[in-house]
Amino acid sequence: MKLLVCISKVPDTTSRIAFSDNNTKFSTDGVQYIVNPTDEWYALVRALELKENLGGSVTVITVGTIEDEAIIRKTLAIGADDAVRIDATDIDSYFVAAQIAEYAKTQEYDLILTGKETIDYNGSAVGAMIAEFLDLPYISLASRLEMTGTVATIDREIEGGIETLEVEGPCVISCQKGMAEQRIPNMRGIMTARTKPLLVVSPDLGIPSLTSVTYYEPPKERQTCHLISPDNVEELIDLLHREAKMI
Amino acid sequence: MILVFVEQDNGKIKKSSIEAAYYSSQAAIKLGTTAEAVAPGQFNDGELASLGQYGIAKIHHVNNAKLNHFDSQLYTEVVAQIAANTGADIIVLSNHYSGKALAGRLSAKWGAGLISGANSLPEVEDGIVLTKSVFSGKGLAHIKTSTPKKIIAINPNAYPPVKGEGLAHVVTSEVNLPDSKLSVKSVNKVTGTIPLSEADLVVSAGRGLKGPENWGMIEEMAKILGAATACSRAVSDVHWRPHYEHVGQTGLTIRPNLYIAIGISGAIQHLAGVNGSKVMVVINKDPEAPFFKAADYGIVGDAFEVVPKLNAALRKFKGLE
Repeated sequence: MKLLVCISKVPDTTSRIAFSDNNTKFSTDGVQYIVNPTDEWYALVRALELKENLGGSVTVITVGTIEDEAIIRKTLAIGADDAVRIDATDIDSYFVAAQIAEYAKTQEYDLILTGKETIDYNGSAVGAMIAEFLDLPYISLASRLEMTGTVATIDREIEGGIETLEVEGPCVISCQKGMAEQRIPNMRGIMTARTKPLLVVSPDLGIPSLTSVTYYEPPKERQTCHLISPDNVEELIDLLHREAKMI
Repeated sequence: MILVFVEQDNGKIKKSSIEAAYYSSQAAIKLGTTAEAVAPGQFNDGELASLGQYGIAKIHHVNNAKLNHFDSQLYTEVVAQIAANTGADIIVLSNHYSGKALAGRLSAKWGAGLISGANSLPEVEDGIVLTKSVFSGKGLAHIKTSTPKKIIAINPNAYPPVKGEGLAHVVTSEVNLPDSKLSVKSVNKVTGTIPLSEADLVVSAGRGLKGPENWGMIEEMAKILGAATACSRAVSDVHWRPHYEHVGQTGLTIRPNLYIAIGISGAIQHLAGVNGSKVMVVINKDPEAPFFKAADYGIVGDAFEVVPKLNAALRKFKGLE
């Protein structure tokens, strides 16, 4: 099986988030980047498991600058065979998806996997866009993926339940919890990652970005927590009823 | 013109679609245009016309049994063809399960700017600008798109619908459909309880409960309130609770009206999945727990003492004894 896993770099959740240039830019000063968790834990690890059981190869792909090579090496250390970096700044979902689709058109992947969404902008759009560019089925929020020959059996999350479906042939799948368990790279993986192929590809200059951030603002402040005595739970009920109008 | 995507589940309009429909009617007023809907699949009698109560005057119903299950490729064809026929230039969807899958495809198909996870009405500014929460709730981004066609995926519960009067005019439309490459084998829904993703009220608990045997009082509170139950990652990782109850950054993101967190410290990864809730209540014995900085109401106390007292008081409030 030939598998492609799309990865994205995101600020570590615990990073301090600040904005610069009159709040028009995200300030990258001192920000620690990680592989987007659902890309790494679910999409990549499930791809590796399928390869281990069925044979084949796992390629990771990202749109990013040379600074992204640290996160790419991490995915190689976890077990991906090779990597592709499309050498451009990841401006928006459309730009990223179109670049990845242009590269994927030159290859014949059996499956293309992504995480369910990034933890910075939560777009949840790149997988769907790649699928449309390549005219492939797209199954989002998958929590199980099994292969039998060329048929994929997939559980996808729906409102209050799970739908099980089958897809014949290549498709794009976004992966979430349940799909696999996080793997920690071992020393051998870290050593071999250094010599695994990392192909740098020039971006397609004809691809535009379609959205832009005009302004960032800090989140609206919540009022200070209204503390209620544990001996007076009736007050909480009264506040939720009269003030918050929730019950 | 705004075209809103309206989805059915067993013939009934989904809650998230009603929200998207009402949002579209309000966005249309703001932009000085009209809002119509596209509805794929078979709906119960009178169901679609009732969307008139939420400000939608006209609905394009693609009444085809092939569309009863969601397939992003087929649905993309349906929405794209209806949008072309009606000359719609803005598509609105709920940023929920199927809406997310459809929004990206439509954006790619048309080269249309997609603003996903929006939580505001559009402002006109050389195109449109909407706000969305970013970086785990640590920022609010104003996102602009100026493409001729635009797509808005509005977050669930960001814009609660207000019911008015009226009946929508439903027209049946034909769409040429390709064959589906998917086949649905089974659908398993949790029955008898409120699905977490759709719940207005959520009672959630964490490691502070010490073990799965202590969840009775959590389920009891959920039952009294008509709420869904949820849990922290730590709890689902050790299998005290099923993983579909895990809310947080790597689990489910929810935006209920009321979120009650019991014995959950409130790490940033947890808050990232729940801080879109309208009102948050925390019950924790540690006054330094970070959740007290995020919550609206809090009780510093031992869950094993506070929760049974609260349940008794809630039963009394609800007239259940």
